[in-house]
Amino acid sequence: MPKTLPLDQRPPLMRLDGVDKTFGTVTALQGMSVQVNQGDFISLLGPSGCGKSTVLRLISGLMRPTSGRLTWVDPPKRNDLGVVFQEPTLMPWATVAQNVWLPFRLQGKTYVEVRDDILEALRLVGLDKFQTSYPRELSGGMKMRVSIARAMVTRPKLILMDEPFAALDEITRFKLNNDLLALKEKIGCTVIFVTHSVFESVFLSDRILVMAARPGRVIEELQVDAPYPRDDVFRTSSEYAGFTRKASDALHTAMEEAA
Amino acid sequence: MSIAENAPETVIEDAEEKARRKSMQIEKAAKWLLPVVALGAGLGLWEFIVWWNDIPHYILPGPTLVLTTLVQDWVMLFQALLITLQITLMALAVAVIGGVGLAVLFNQSRWIEMSFYPYAVILQVTPVIAIAPLIFIYIDSRIAGLLLCAWIVAFFPILANTTLGLNSADHNLRDLFRIYGATRWQKLRYLQLPSALPYFLGGLRIAGGLSLIGAVVAEYVAGTGGLQSGLAFRILEAGYRLNIPRMFAALILIAATGVIIFVGLSFLSHMLLRKWHESALKRDG
Ligand SMILES: Nc1ncnc2c1ncn2[C@@H]1O[C@H](COP(=O)(O)OP(=O)(O)OP(=O)(O)O)[C@@H](O)[C@H]1O
Ligand SMILES: [Mg+2]
Repeated sequence: MPKTLPLDQRPPLMRLDGVDKTFGTVTALQGMSVQVNQGDFISLLGPSGCGKSTVLRLISGLMRPTSGRLTWVDPPKRNDLGVVFQEPTLMPWATVAQNVWLPFRLQGKTYVEVRDDILEALRLVGLDKFQTSYPRELSGGMKMRVSIARAMVTRPKLILMDEPFAALDEITRFKLNNDLLALKEKIGCTVIFVTHSVFESVFLSDRILVMAARPGRVIEELQVDAPYPRDDVFRTSSEYAGFTRKASDALHTAMEEAA
Repeated sequence: MSIAENAPETVIEDAEEKARRKSMQIEKAAKWLLPVVALGAGLGLWEFIVWWNDIPHYILPGPTLVLTTLVQDWVMLFQALLITLQITLMALAVAVIGGVGLAVLFNQSRWIEMSFYPYAVILQVTPVIAIAPLIFIYIDSRIAGLLLCAWIVAFFPILANTTLGLNSADHNLRDLFRIYGATRWQKLRYLQLPSALPYFLGGLRIAGGLSLIGAVVAEYVAGTGGLQSGLAFRILEAGYRLNIPRMFAALILIAATGVIIFVGLSFLSHMLLRKWHESALKRDG
C-alpha cells in the first residue's frame, strides 16, 4: 500500500507558474503559482467566481492559460487523470459497470479485459451489487460514488474534483468524505478538490489554497498538519475546530478583499 | 444505504390511497372504452341518418355497406394495401438512412452543413404535391418516383431531430471524453449517437406518418399504374366509377395503416428507451 510521505518530503508532480486566465475583460485567474506534490490532498477554497473551476480546467488541459506556464514532471498520459464534476455526469443509457468502463473503453480495452478493475473500483465505493443498474435507479449519493469509481478505475496519478458533494445532504457528504480519504490512501493518488465548505476542506486536505475573487487569485495557503487516517473522531476534535477557525478567518479575509 | 433496503415491505393502504387507485383504474378503462363508445355511437348515427333520409349509396353509403364492400373487395384492396405499405416502408427506411446519414455528416463537418442545410430546408418547405409531377417526368420507374416523393416528405424530421440530438450531449460528458483523449469516432459512437437516440425516435414517429402521406400523395400524381397500383389509385379509380363504398373502404385501410405504423414506432421507441430515458419512465403517484 503506498504510504503518503510527510508534506515536506513529497516529490513534485506538476506546477503552475504565474498562470493568468482571462475571458474577454474578466480576469478569472491572476498570477497563480503553486507546486503540486505527489500525494497532496489540496483543497481550493473560496467564494463563487474566484476561479476554482478555471484552475481545474487548466490542469485537465481543457483550457490553456492566457499567460504563465503549467509544467509536469511527467507529462500526463491519457489515464493519469481522473475527473469528478459537481454533477455525477453519468451516461444515462449505460449501466453502472459500463459507465465505469468508459475510460478503458476509450483506450480500446474490451470489457472482459478490464472487468476485474471495474469490479474492484465498484467494490471500493461500495456499489459492487449495483453493476447492472442504470443511473436513474440510484440515489444522488450512489451516482456520485459511481462517478468517483469511474475517476479512479484507471488508478490515475491525479484526481480533480469540482465540488463533487455540493448537492448532497450532510450525512451522505460526511460518509463520502470518509470514503474518499480511504480511497485516496488505497490508490495513493494526488487530489485537487474544489469546495465552498471550510469544514470539508479541513477534514479532507493537508493543503488548503484560499482564493479570492475579482480577480481570481490565491491569497493564502494553509497546511492542515493532522495525520491521516482521519475519521469522525478527528471531525469532533478541538484540533479540527482550530483548523476550521483559521481557514474560516482566511476565507473572510478573502471575501473582504474582493468587496 | 442498506438500512432502507432491508426494511420489510409494509402494505398499509389508507382510504385516500384506495380512492386514488380506484380513480386510476377507472381512468385506465375509460381511455379505451370512451373512444370505442364514441365510435359506436358515431357509426350508429351515420347508419341512421343514411337510412332515415334514404340517401343513395353512390352519395353516402352507410357503415354496414362500407364494411361489406371491404370484405367483398378484400383481395383487390389488400393487394393495393401491400403496394402502398411497401412504398411507405421503403421510403421510411431510406429516410432513416438519409436523415441519420446527413445528420452525422452535417455534425462532423460544418462546411458540409453550411453548404447543404439550406437545400434540405427548401426541399422540406416545398409541398411535395408541387414537386411530384416533375419527378414523374424525369424518373421512368414508377416505384422509384413514388419512393423519392415519399422520401422527400419523410426525411426532414429525422434529419432535424437527429441533428438536434447529436448536439445535445451533456457538456460535462463531452469534457470527460476530451480529457480521456477520445477520438472523433469514439465521441460519435459512445456519446453523441446514444444522446441522439430519443430525438431520432421522436423524428421517426413523425416520419412514419409522413412517408405514408408521401406515398399516397405521390400515387395520386402518378395516376394509372395497372397491377402495381396502391390504395390511393384504387380510391381515384373508385371515384371515377362512383363506387363510393369502395372509396370509404380504401380510406379505412389507409387510416388503419397510419395508426399501425404510429403504434409500432411508438412501441419500438418505448422498448429502446424504457431502461433509461425520462420519456419512457413510469412514475408512481
Ligand atoms: N467560459 C467562460 N467564459 C467567460 N467567462 C468565464 C468562463 N468560465 C469562467 N468565467 C468567469 O471566470 C470567473 C471564474 O469562474 P470559475 O467558474 O472558475 O469560478 P468558480 O470559483 O469555480 O465559481 P463557483 O464556485 O461558482 O463554481 C467567473 O467570473 C466567471 O464568470
Ligand atoms: Mg466552479
